[in-house]
Amino acid sequence: MTWFLGNLDVVLRLLREHLVFSLVPVALGLLLAIPLGWVANRTATLRTVMTNAAGLLYTIPSLAVFVFMPAILGTQILDPVNVVVALTIYTVALLVRTVSDALTAVSGNVVDAANAMGYTPLRRFVGVELPLAVPVIVAGLRVAAVSTISLVTVGAVIGFGGLGLMFTEGFNRSNDAQIVTGIVLVLLLALVVDSALLLAGKLLTPWERARRAVGRTT
Amino acid sequence: MIEFRGVTKRFPDGTVAVDGLDLVAEQGRITVFVGPSGCGKTTSLRMINRMIEPTEGELRVEGQDVLAADPAQLRRGIGYVIQHAGLFPHRTIVDNIATVPMLIGRGKKAARDRAMELMETVGLDTAMAKRYPAQLSGGQQQRVGVARALAADPPVLLMDEPFSAVDPIVRESLQSELLRLQSELGKTIVFVTHDIDEAIKLGDKVAVFRVGGKLAQYDEPGVLLSRPVDDFVDNFVGRDRGYRGLGFLSSDTIALGSLPMVSVGDPRPGDGWAVVLDTGGRPLGWVEAGDGQVTEDGIVPGGSLYDVGSGSLRGALDAALSSPSGLGVAVDAEGRVAGSVTADAVLAALPAARDDAAA
Repeated sequence: MTWFLGNLDVVLRLLREHLVFSLVPVALGLLLAIPLGWVANRTATLRTVMTNAAGLLYTIPSLAVFVFMPAILGTQILDPVNVVVALTIYTVALLVRTVSDALTAVSGNVVDAANAMGYTPLRRFVGVELPLAVPVIVAGLRVAAVSTISLVTVGAVIGFGGLGLMFTEGFNRSNDAQIVTGIVLVLLLALVVDSALLLAGKLLTPWERARRAVGRTT
Repeated sequence: MIEFRGVTKRFPDGTVAVDGLDLVAEQGRITVFVGPSGCGKTTSLRMINRMIEPTEGELRVEGQDVLAADPAQLRRGIGYVIQHAGLFPHRTIVDNIATVPMLIGRGKKAARDRAMELMETVGLDTAMAKRYPAQLSGGQQQRVGVARALAADPPVLLMDEPFSAVDPIVRESLQSELLRLQSELGKTIVFVTHDIDEAIKLGDKVAVFRVGGKLAQYDEPGVLLSRPVDDFVDNFVGRDRGYRGLGFLSSDTIALGSLPMVSVGDPRPGDGWAVVLDTGGRPLGWVEAGDGQVTEDGIVPGGSLYDVGSGSLRGALDAALSSPSGLGVAVDAEGRVAGSVTADAVLAALPAARDDAAA
């Protein structure tokens, strides 16, 4: 605790860095995953190819991605863009399947009704399918956000900022207080972001509350 | 008016869903497509708003060639009601109903005002406007579905088995409600069902389809019951078609007989039965011969009542058959007893009514 209070300015800076390194990729990843998920849902073949490719992407070790990013992007080895791009890729890999599943789960009867009312495909996607997919997408987004917050710490091993630096520095200086503070802050950050997403999901879907209160599934 | 001219739908696997359909759904009338599953009735319906594209033939809605129209534009001008209502679960009732007005760019306020109006039209409490579909019963959801289809005031309404998922009592009330609405709105309605009774109740004209997408018979319901073209239609129309056909014959020529009438407190009749009236002259039930006075407890429930004004031979015959005395009670528009009708009188009126219908 004394270490924490004595180094408050450093800790807050790292926390802020960590937040940016994790939330920016999650947001970008979501923005990319929505159209990709829609594309994946066009045909059965596309869906298989894209969700498997996304799954494969996710299995590449994060450290390797961080190291190879400069070679692929032509950036400096310690450019934060490397982290943001790498983590965006992971988020997309996680969310493409989620978005595609969420869209598949929208009732065919409802989509049919939307077509019959005279929705154009784009308007139907934005006005009907996407809102109805929100609960499933938010569930996937929470997993992506928490795992990204955790992955950012790996970046510290090769010198990126964020709360991971407290592990590497604490380890080098045998400073247990610094390591523990780092762990607690990462956990707290994950918890806060997760709760915020949960709340946002609820606020976005008032009809879900009505449905649960009635206890029906349609 | 909706015109099918030689319309065929062949699916890529070679199945012919609709085979050379020629049919005109008349302006302002209810046309019912009925038949067993696989007869192409729903496919035919869905070709009208291009949810399914015809392979051959010509299809016109209000004179417009369907295949030349932009699908989204076309559909906004055609109301559509589906099974299970197909409401948008994430939108409130009022916003569900306002869907098409919003799509065609009317303001939010105007669209919602119209939606509130329509809630009343279809018999929904406007207090439900802010609820979500999941909070409504199946019958209420289906009413919302009808209101949503009517929101942009389209001249044509397509209804795809809209009442098949609700229980029989609710279904009956939705059917009556549709007939009431139609008498006010006069839309050109195409209604698909597999239920021949529903078809006969609702249709101004009924198209019976057979498996393979062939139109077997297209006629008014009374004609369908009295003169089915072949065994298939005969079988499909079902048992009791002779009796049900009486529902389409006018009872104008029936001569009403007299009826012994008493009130509560009067002495009971000396022999036979007498109908018990309330103070307004409306029938309460029957009382059998006996000693003492007519008491409320002693009233035997009567049969169905035969409404002289809107009566059919079926109503008259049923009143006679269901009455404990064998005398059917005929009532006027206010529900007051107008006289009696017997099964013999109904049968005597039958030849004239048949000639009348054939003319």
